[in-house]
Amino acid sequence: MDILFSSLSIIARPDAILALLVGSIGGVVVGSLPGVGAAVAIAILLPATFSLEPIVGITALLGIYGSSMFGGAIPAILINTPGTPVNALTTYDGFPMTRRSEGRRALSLAYSASFFGGVFSILCLILLAPVLASIAPMFGAREIFLAALLGIILVTLTHRGQIMSAAMLAGFGIFLSTVGLESTALTQRYTFDLTFLASGIDLIVVVIGLFALSQGFVLLVRPDTSYSLPAVSGRFIQGLAELLQFKRIAAFASSCGVVCGMVPGVGEFMSQFLSYSYAQRTSKTPELFGKGNPEGIVASEAANNSVPAAAMIPLLALGIPGEELTAMMLAVFYVHNVIPGPQLFQHQMDFVLALYIALLLLNVLVIIFLMFSTDLLMQVMRIPSRFLGMMILTFSLIGVYSLRNSLTDCAVAAAFGVFGVILRRLELPTSPIILGIVLGRLMEDKLRTAMARVKTPFEFIDRPIAFILFVMIVLVIGLHIYTVVRARRQQRESRTETVLDA
Amino acid sequence: MEHQKPHVFPNARKPGELLFAIIILVLALFLISQIGNQTTWLPRKGLAAQPRLWPLIGLGTMTLFGVLHLWRTSRNERTPGRWREAAIWLSSLEFVVWYLIYVASVPYAGYLLSTLVFCLFLTWRAGYRSARYFVIAALFALCVVLFFKTALNVKIPGGAIYEFLPDPARPFMLRYF
Repeated sequence: MDILFSSLSIIARPDAILALLVGSIGGVVVGSLPGVGAAVAIAILLPATFSLEPIVGITALLGIYGSSMFGGAIPAILINTPGTPVNALTTYDGFPMTRRSEGRRALSLAYSASFFGGVFSILCLILLAPVLASIAPMFGAREIFLAALLGIILVTLTHRGQIMSAAMLAGFGIFLSTVGLESTALTQRYTFDLTFLASGIDLIVVVIGLFALSQGFVLLVRPDTSYSLPAVSGRFIQGLAELLQFKRIAAFASSCGVVCGMVPGVGEFMSQFLSYSYAQRTSKTPELFGKGNPEGIVASEAANNSVPAAAMIPLLALGIPGEELTAMMLAVFYVHNVIPGPQLFQHQMDFVLALYIALLLLNVLVIIFLMFSTDLLMQVMRIPSRFLGMMILTFSLIGVYSLRNSLTDCAVAAAFGVFGVILRRLELPTSPIILGIVLGRLMEDKLRTAMARVKTPFEFIDRPIAFILFVMIVLVIGLHIYTVVRARRQQRESRTETVLDA
Repeated sequence: MEHQKPHVFPNARKPGELLFAIIILVLALFLISQIGNQTTWLPRKGLAAQPRLWPLIGLGTMTLFGVLHLWRTSRNERTPGRWREAAIWLSSLEFVVWYLIYVASVPYAGYLLSTLVFCLFLTWRAGYRSARYFVIAALFALCVVLFFKTALNVKIPGGAIYEFLPDPARPFMLRYF
């Protein structure tokens, strides 16, 4: 109880609440703008929070992180364009509902399912907190190394159909993390005698380049797009009552989100696909999925919105981000002198709980805001795309230039911006690069620490958690190889059958 | 509006994908060829403590999967438009130039004036030529400066141009704009 009061005193200050309010509403607004998303907003605003107190800066960015998916459902349902990538599945049933003039109902259900998913996952995590506090100290250097390795493997393998490119880009990210003056032996790595490379490539510069500048460039180089929005009127409160009809799907989807969120590298996409297929499999009207079935919206939105809180678990307990947004949140914690890791759960449990309370509050703030402001958000979506590109470039200067007032940083960010343009145009993933940078640095550090105390390779996995993580890595790789071989065999057999039939 | 299922995991080769695969593999091969010059191998130190180990892991992964990515991409059916796509990539360089001019101008012209000119110019360049858009762009620029520099005091240097202002206005402009 003392911890609860202590955590309430951390968050219950006017500036922190104001930051949470601004962050939450800002997150919904950027989420509702197709092609902007939380990554761009966090990347730009992160350096702007340097001058704020840690809890204020963190809650503002946490607000954006936790609320963008709420806003992302609006364009997904109304114009068939997901506001954030994780709202893609919502378009399957949301847009057909809009076409049969049920846009308000679809939006209302999406808000309610998102709210349910968000609150469900936070409550799960508050209940899990004591367990985590007891497990976290069992993670030493080798366990964190193995967990980070598992994370990077999962990040790669979850990019189905793009595994080669994801692994290649993760390797590129690991390489980028090594550039500069190496900290233990003080040797230069890949600096090519250039002074600006000696301090390494800053994660924030890469993030702003890959996410913000690249998005600005993409919007500016392509023809203007503007959307014609359908009329949506009426109140949005009914969705909360209607959600009760789909409580089984909402609960399953939220549980999926919690589990997938806790495993680094899995996240929203996997939880959405699992819950969507569960909802379809168990539905009385499976044939209506993809044609405007409300169950599909509930499965998709409850699943994706329950992930952010759960993804904070590996991030806070082990310092391991699962995807690019949590990688950015890791940078947010570091710049505000909050070092995620087992010690945080042991010694600053009140701070961790304060973050969960902030997440809970933001869900309440966002649902209230959405109930009354959807019409206003629809006006924001009318901003023409090239004008939006100009706005993003203007904001990006604050993100990069305020770091060190360095023109070189801006040039490096612009170079990554052009690289990001190519990746976006080819629909290749950017998250493996960011995770490669963050996890590469972590793995190098932890492996070096762990190997100083290890004499034989088997000693590396002789502790229970290390052994479990090692088995998980072997299983994940083994299972992937098995599924690939099985798919190839089935493909070959079906081809043979086709030839024989002919 | 036509209902299209969103494209999540692409299978076919997009225009420019092979070109990108080649470029990134060439980059990986060049970087890995420099590993002897650009990293150090410390005598009498374990493998985990070697400064060369992690660049090698990163570049090794990049090269290995770069080769596999190229092999896989080359086997897919080609979609025409490779050079047209490359031209789109290169066209983003124009905005890189405007962006860098904007950044470079801040220490001289000040954040307010630079942002105002950048927003108005880019609005014009993006094809919005009506007075309405110029007014919105100017208001947007002003709001950005007021929010970040004036209110949040984000670390952006004052412009050299402010030195020409009379005494009471100079410190005010340097501090807030």
